Amino acid sequence: MAQRPVIRVHELVVGFGDQIVLDHLSLEVREGEILGVVGASGSGKSVLLRTIIGLLPRRQGSIEVLGVDLARTSETERRALERRWGILFQQGALFSSLTVRENVQFPMRENLDLSPRLMDEMALAKLEMVGLTPEDVNKYPAELSGGMTKRVALARALALDPEIVFLDEPTSGLDPISAGDFDELIRTLQQTLGLTVFMVTHDLESLYTACDRVAALADGTIVAEGPLETMLECEHPWVRTYFKGKRGGLLADRQMSA
Amino acid sequence: MGEVLLTSRLKGERLELAASGSWTAAHADELETLVDSAATDATEARNVSIDMAGVREFDTFGAWLLERLSRAWSATGAKTEIIGMPQHDRNLLAEMHAVNQAPPRARARENRLIGALATVGRAGAEFGRNFMLFADMLGAVGAATVRVLARPHEFRFTSMVNQLDRVAWRAVPIIILITFLIGGIISQQGIFHFRKFGAELYSVDLVGILVLREIGVLIVAIMVAGRSGSSYTAELGSMKMREEIDALRTMGFDPVEVLILPRIIVLIIALPVLTFLGCMAALYGGGLVAWLYGGISPDIYLARLTEAISLTHFKVGMLKAPFMGLVIGVVACAEGLKVKGSAESLGLQTTASVVQSIFLVIVLDGLFAIFFASIGM
Repeated sequence: MAQRPVIRVHELVVGFGDQIVLDHLSLEVREGEILGVVGASGSGKSVLLRTIIGLLPRRQGSIEVLGVDLARTSETERRALERRWGILFQQGALFSSLTVRENVQFPMRENLDLSPRLMDEMALAKLEMVGLTPEDVNKYPAELSGGMTKRVALARALALDPEIVFLDEPTSGLDPISAGDFDELIRTLQQTLGLTVFMVTHDLESLYTACDRVAALADGTIVAEGPLETMLECEHPWVRTYFKGKRGGLLADRQMSA
Repeated sequence: MGEVLLTSRLKGERLELAASGSWTAAHADELETLVDSAATDATEARNVSIDMAGVREFDTFGAWLLERLSRAWSATGAKTEIIGMPQHDRNLLAEMHAVNQAPPRARARENRLIGALATVGRAGAEFGRNFMLFADMLGAVGAATVRVLARPHEFRFTSMVNQLDRVAWRAVPIIILITFLIGGIISQQGIFHFRKFGAELYSVDLVGILVLREIGVLIVAIMVAGRSGSSYTAELGSMKMREEIDALRTMGFDPVEVLILPRIIVLIIALPVLTFLGCMAALYGGGLVAWLYGGISPDIYLARLTEAISLTHFKVGMLKAPFMGLVIGVVACAEGLKVKGSAESLGLQTTASVVQSIFLVIVLDGLFAIFFASIGM
């Protein structure tokens, strides 16, 4: 594995009040891979993601994204960095007063100097890439189904052609078929656009279809890291239950027979 | 920056383009100009080759502009060929080739006069709909009251006490402060202008009658509409947005009975109480100013006040208060339930709620004035 790490988290500690959520956590995400982060509800997966993108303060440790140490950046460097990543929030976080097209154009309008025609074409191109039709572009977020909301949010995350995409439970709330489609979409986009994907998920199916590597988060730190086979061999009690339990077991069988 | 992104050379019917540098989002604006001029310049070319070997960076913006260029030539019947492009970028280009094939139809332009007429028509229909909604909510509250009267143990008493704390008790300081100041101002103005006729003492009549009949209840109603009406609308609106109201309904509860009735009853109770406190504070403020500014001693003020006002004036003011509470509550709740999915609509309905309830409070006050005048109160 010679790829350089695009995200390097070292000895990270994050807590709220007396409670320590992430305890000396270290993790690397390599260029061009899809990393799935799994963990029980409340184990701090989303906290990890939000800390990396700078929404939550950390107590100790360092985070380096695309070679930039987040603790030692000026405001301008940070903004430049933020243009190089895209984020898909769990609920989509679309701006409810803007149409689908305006939502996707929002980052372009703020960061680039483009003609209206090019902006329209690019927004439509991104929306079609994530599987929406031209009829949907003038709808408001309130008129969209759950799956469409996620797709629009993904198109918005991809608006500026980022190098890294952070996905917070991209398939939660979708039916298994839509979730499967979404996993495949992420995989295809990752390959055509050469993205690095950091994905927080609950979905075993996503790990199986989309992820190159998996990191399991338990007790505030990464207890296992590697491809799915490594996960299946891991002895940590939570990881064992997760991957070898009733639902995980089916997956393990499939992995073996594949 | 400033690097050449696209150079072209025309050889008879063959146009050779060489691309270089960064074909990325950051350069998309310059690229678009170059691409568009390249597409329109050499229209006689029958054969076009684009050499992408010099391109260092390539993303969807660059890919789309390249696609747009080759589409422009395909439209004129020229053959386009792209050379020197790595496989990875070809995939991206293929992806771009698939999109934007059927651009959405531009919305039909409508006649300006018809547009203006349509706006007027829509506003009229909206007014009618609002009135219907108000009547509907009033009816629903009435029906819920009857149902609750039949089964009084089902009334949300705890919820009502909680609301009473928020709407009445916590409003007391601000209501007293504002009405105190208003009373003082009326008294000062009265003394200032009546002094020219040597009739300062009549300012006490002015303060007493005006405050008890009109100003006290109006100021309180407007304050409550801004303070509690808006919060009712925002609360119910965000509950609607988060599907809490639908959840209640599916569990067999009537949202009007559970959420709206207690709130409206609270307003009906709170407004007279606050009006009473407000009137007292205004009379006190008026008296204080009369003493300090007009030199009318408290004893004279009180004596003059008892002569000037009667219980009728007090009754007129207090009788109006519960009706104003009802109007504010009904408008606020009806607007709250009109909220749709977006944050913007929550803001719009909250504004509409405050504006409409203040408007209706003043209209109602006018109707009461006519009514009381005709029954001689």
